[in-house]
Amino acid sequence: MNAIITDNLVKRYKEVTAVDGVSLEIKEGEVFGLLGPNGAGKTTLISMLATLVRPTSGTARVAGHDIGKEPLQVRRNIGIVFQEPSVDDLLTARENLYLHSMLYGMPRETIPGMIEKMLKLVNLWDRADSFVKTYSGGMRRRLEIARGLIHGPRILFLDEPTLGLDPASRKAVWSHIRELKESHKATIILTTHYMEEADRLADRIAIINRGKIIELDTPEALKRKVGGDLVFLKGAIDEAAVKALPFVSSMERENGRWKIAISDSGANLQALLNAGGKIEEVEVRRVTLDDVFLKFAGQQISDDAEEKAEGIFERIAANKTTRK
Amino acid sequence: MNTLLNLNAVYALLLREAKIYFREKERIVAILVSPLLFLFVMGKGMAGGVSPVPGYTYQQFIFPGIMAMVILFTSITYGLYIIWDKRLDFLKEVLAAPISRATLFVGKSAGGMLGAIIECALLVLIGALLIIPLTTVKILLALAASVPVSYMITNMGLTIGARMKSMEGFGLVMSFLTWPMFFFSGALFDLATAAPYIRAVAYFNPVTYAVDLLRIIMLGTGYFTAWTDLAAIAAFCLASTVVGVAAFGKLQQEK
Repeated sequence: MNAIITDNLVKRYKEVTAVDGVSLEIKEGEVFGLLGPNGAGKTTLISMLATLVRPTSGTARVAGHDIGKEPLQVRRNIGIVFQEPSVDDLLTARENLYLHSMLYGMPRETIPGMIEKMLKLVNLWDRADSFVKTYSGGMRRRLEIARGLIHGPRILFLDEPTLGLDPASRKAVWSHIRELKESHKATIILTTHYMEEADRLADRIAIINRGKIIELDTPEALKRKVGGDLVFLKGAIDEAAVKALPFVSSMERENGRWKIAISDSGANLQALLNAGGKIEEVEVRRVTLDDVFLKFAGQQISDDAEEKAEGIFERIAANKTTRK
Repeated sequence: MNTLLNLNAVYALLLREAKIYFREKERIVAILVSPLLFLFVMGKGMAGGVSPVPGYTYQQFIFPGIMAMVILFTSITYGLYIIWDKRLDFLKEVLAAPISRATLFVGKSAGGMLGAIIECALLVLIGALLIIPLTTVKILLALAASVPVSYMITNMGLTIGARMKSMEGFGLVMSFLTWPMFFFSGALFDLATAAPYIRAVAYFNPVTYAVDLLRIIMLGTGYFTAWTDLAAIAAFCLASTVVGVAAFGKLQQEK
């Protein structure tokens, strides 16, 4: 059963086509990564799926409901964690979750128990009655995740869940997402422009650039498509023996070393070294999603995009402090 | 969207507004400053002038009008505050929730009504103690009348706020809408003896009917009849709901 099916979704703004004919199927229970640079159309795509933005054309079914015809049913079955924090500063964590639960029509007697469960899940139970304005960025994000889950959605959208977080908070959010996958069995759709994030969390990844899905597969398969990991060997190498190995896809000389492309260096490196002959020097370079992106999109997800994104985040944070 | 009005959600939205309202107590006091200046400086300063209603001082005469002023300023300000909600992304959470725009609109309006009624209760308390003798029935009737009045004015504020992009427009709305609505309402004078052009504008001003209704309740006399006032207020409530829900329907995520 598919959690989401989209059929040729298009969103055109005045001058730009943000999403340009996306058709995909997301399976129930998987963590699905949407990977692409800033402005690739990730947020617009999930905004359409969450019925926040109306598509210019095309349609989608989310949790079995049509996004155009049954938006309230779609909304009841999904949770969203926004890119920019949207928890209410002037309320406590408990009040934020209470408000959300009421808006989503949860039976009133179940709400206090669920609030406790969710706040414990994201390690905020001891701060349940603190005002959100006293929270750090990482805590806010965790509260948003708790809020996105409390009404028991079948599908959870996470839009850049670690944007603007420090490395420690980022790791914490990652481990929460992994726990969710185990414990909640919910389908998770994650947008990110961090390669590492997509690689660590997603079962399947769609690479999106300029509004189009250019490649969709598991992280491992995507890396294999690039040609596998690279092993550089120096020494008296037995060329014929190496070439005969089944996992070696290519082998060439480069700067006095052999550059050998192999699949899954983790499993096969030992066999390669055994067959290689007298080896003086070894260097292994695992293929990353960066290479994948470079190959399929013809460009890198550049650092500059990342900086821009954090600039936006900081402007919002600065904005926030101007509120009394 | 299928469920037109979700009362549980209205209650939740109202609860949020109530909590924030009581946490920002300085706002409750700040909003009463101008009305109290009118009451105690202008009202007393003009004490030598003749009151349009025999048996009441000028200060007592303008008291119902000042109550309407409190509702007007509280409700418009509250409505325009939705611009803050928009700018700070708080509105996202509510816009993403499985509730109709009508529900969101009514929940927000209810918050504005609550604020206006709290301010009115404070003003009536001050008035009854220091300015004008009021029976319990009159107090309750006046507070009851302030409910639909604050509803229609909050709706106006929300409608304008939903279309505005930044808080900079706030001053413009106050100068070009709120103050004129106050001055053209007959809050400070008797419409019967006012210049014809003032009367002509006043007929189209919802606040006119609010002032008149409150004056009938508290002083026993007015320009129109109570039924005319109620009918006009009901019509403004209805029209402002239709226009406001439509404006909220167009509210979209900015990006």
